[in-house]
Amino acid sequence: MSAQKIHVDSYERNWMIISFVLLVVFALAVSVAAFGLGIQVPAPEQRVDPRTVATDPNSPWSNPGLREVSAGVYDAYILARAVPNWEYLPKEITIPVGSKVTFYVTSPDVQHGFKIQDTNANFMVLPGQVSKLTITFSKAGTYNFICTEFCGSGHGVMYGAVIVK
Amino acid sequence: MNQYQVPTAEKKLIGSHILVAILALALGSFFGPLQAFEHAGWDFYVYLKPLFKSYYQGLTVHGVLNALVWTTFFIMGFLTFNVVFGLKRPLKNMLLAKVGFWMMVVGVVAAAIPILANEATVLFTFYPPLKANWAFYVGLTLVVVGSWVEGWGMFMTYTAWRKENKDERTPFIAFASLVTALLWQICTLGVAVEILTMLLPWSLGLIDGVDPLLARTYFWFTGHPLVYFWLLPAYISWYAMLPKQAGGGKMFSDSLARLSFWMFLVLSTPIGFHHQYVDPGIPPIWKFLHSMLTFGVFFPSMMTAFTVVASLEYGARKNGGKGALAWIGKLNWNDPSVASQLLAGILFFFGGIGGLTNASYNVNLVLHNTAFIPGHFHLTVATAVTLSFIGISYWLVPYLTGRKLWQPKWATIQAWVWFVGMIIFSNSMHVLGLLGAPRRVPLNLAPYVPEEWNSRLFQVGLGGAILFISGTIYLVVMYMTVTNKQRVEKEVEVPIAESMQDPAATPAWLDRWAPWVYGSIALIVVMYGPMLFELIKNISLTSPGFRVW
Repeated sequence: MSAQKIHVDSYERNWMIISFVLLVVFALAVSVAAFGLGIQVPAPEQRVDPRTVATDPNSPWSNPGLREVSAGVYDAYILARAVPNWEYLPKEITIPVGSKVTFYVTSPDVQHGFKIQDTNANFMVLPGQVSKLTITFSKAGTYNFICTEFCGSGHGVMYGAVIVK
Repeated sequence: MNQYQVPTAEKKLIGSHILVAILALALGSFFGPLQAFEHAGWDFYVYLKPLFKSYYQGLTVHGVLNALVWTTFFIMGFLTFNVVFGLKRPLKNMLLAKVGFWMMVVGVVAAAIPILANEATVLFTFYPPLKANWAFYVGLTLVVVGSWVEGWGMFMTYTAWRKENKDERTPFIAFASLVTALLWQICTLGVAVEILTMLLPWSLGLIDGVDPLLARTYFWFTGHPLVYFWLLPAYISWYAMLPKQAGGGKMFSDSLARLSFWMFLVLSTPIGFHHQYVDPGIPPIWKFLHSMLTFGVFFPSMMTAFTVVASLEYGARKNGGKGALAWIGKLNWNDPSVASQLLAGILFFFGGIGGLTNASYNVNLVLHNTAFIPGHFHLTVATAVTLSFIGISYWLVPYLTGRKLWQPKWATIQAWVWFVGMIIFSNSMHVLGLLGAPRRVPLNLAPYVPEEWNSRLFQVGLGGAILFISGTIYLVVMYMTVTNKQRVEKEVEVPIAESMQDPAATPAWLDRWAPWVYGSIALIVVMYGPMLFELIKNISLTSPGFRVW
């Protein structure tokens, strides 16, 4: 007959308790960030047809760009594309300091990334899906947004900028 | 000392795995430094143009050969060794093992042809709608299915052993290897479904489009446990071999070692959404739940850290080691196998911290797809795993071939050079990531690189150069070993650290498979089922393929 209980050395028990507590603290920190501090990650927004999203006149991405919703509040429809020339449309948007911008980004071809440098905006752009994120620009400057997912030969030159004046 | 004699046929089979693994490492590692040099502004791709078209083709070769081929072949060989040596029994069905091995070899060749022809420059994640030549997908399928077949052979061997030894505890190295093989069988279902239901028919022109989000979800179902498939064989060596090699240590806790392997089986698959934190189309609540379980799977790694360090310390103190940390000096650092694995373990400490960082839902927003990620996994798969496998090969290859390790001093130097090179490379990649540098970009050409990145980019190149030297030393040592005229006097002793407790004291429930397997499947169904159901219900095969490289 063998034992049914695990023999645990007292040092090891203490170590396991410390590990457990540590991980609970980390998990709590993440929970607070997720639910308390309003850290945003993309959620299901809208499915689109990547074959027509850039051309269908009813699609906002057939005419990508900035739309002013109300004073200082904007929607930015951005098309990330590898074909023909690895670029974001529009390549630049210019907004006043303090603007709150909601980005709606999609791709008519392959997967891309969208990371606005020096901000918390960093997400995937998938054909067939819309990535949405809202961010307030409270300091003036030029914020490059860059492609962070491999999208073909021109991946390394694919970028654009938010100019905050 | 009388150790179990592994039959010649098994030795040959295991040796063939290690040979393919090292060949893959050799070619794949040639391209690693080329990426690093590019970052530092030394572009060698210009000179390779007739053969290799781009940085990305090189990156594909590097990722596929090093992360997928080197690891999978080494692991299947090492697990087979552990099952046979641990159970003291030949394989139940040698033919099955050979069929599996040759399927994997044919698969590698089938995938390599389009990669070398620049028809599959899709990197090792092959995210659609980047569309590779169909042979690439066929090749990957064969590698996965071949590894399944080999896994079935291991399970059959275990079942036969169990019939012959009804009441014994499964010896630890065999037990842990079987769990690793089982984890692989479960988790590769994701990528198998991805390829067979979407990518392969699509590349053959049978369907017009794919669903990129669903493809990513299938991929990461496999993609994270893949990390544990790489890591667990290194853990087996750290738990059950390294303490013996480092100074006659014993395994501190057999029961908790087994418990940690079960925890890896149960927890490492249902956490894949932590790779998709910033994907659209997946509700944040699932991302959050997966992040919580990701912290959970860190727990058995913490247990491993304790047991391994305690086992090493036990041996070192027996040999006169003293002090809180000074005992580390008493470990057998002159043995290249020991030095490699200890250095691998030290860097893994930092790799683990980086992993927790990535797993943190919020911090990931700063790091996702930046250079921080390759910085991280060069500490884990490219050091904790690779340098440990290198260390294992320093005794396993002489054991299998009967030839003496050539110049053990150079083998030890190799491990230290890797350690130094990786600290420089990985540190600079982590910092670049924090500064915002994206991964998978030839940064020397990128138009948005600010001045402040330059010194770090140079360090990436420097680290790459040092790693290249280390890799070269390793290949020379291996080549000189397998062609060495000096043979070992008697068979190399397989290092096995006995358990401090009587293995019979290990509770029987740690040797029962069914509850853990059902538990693992149940947790996967709970954590993946609803979202996969949702995604499959709404599947839209609307993305045509692109060849944009």
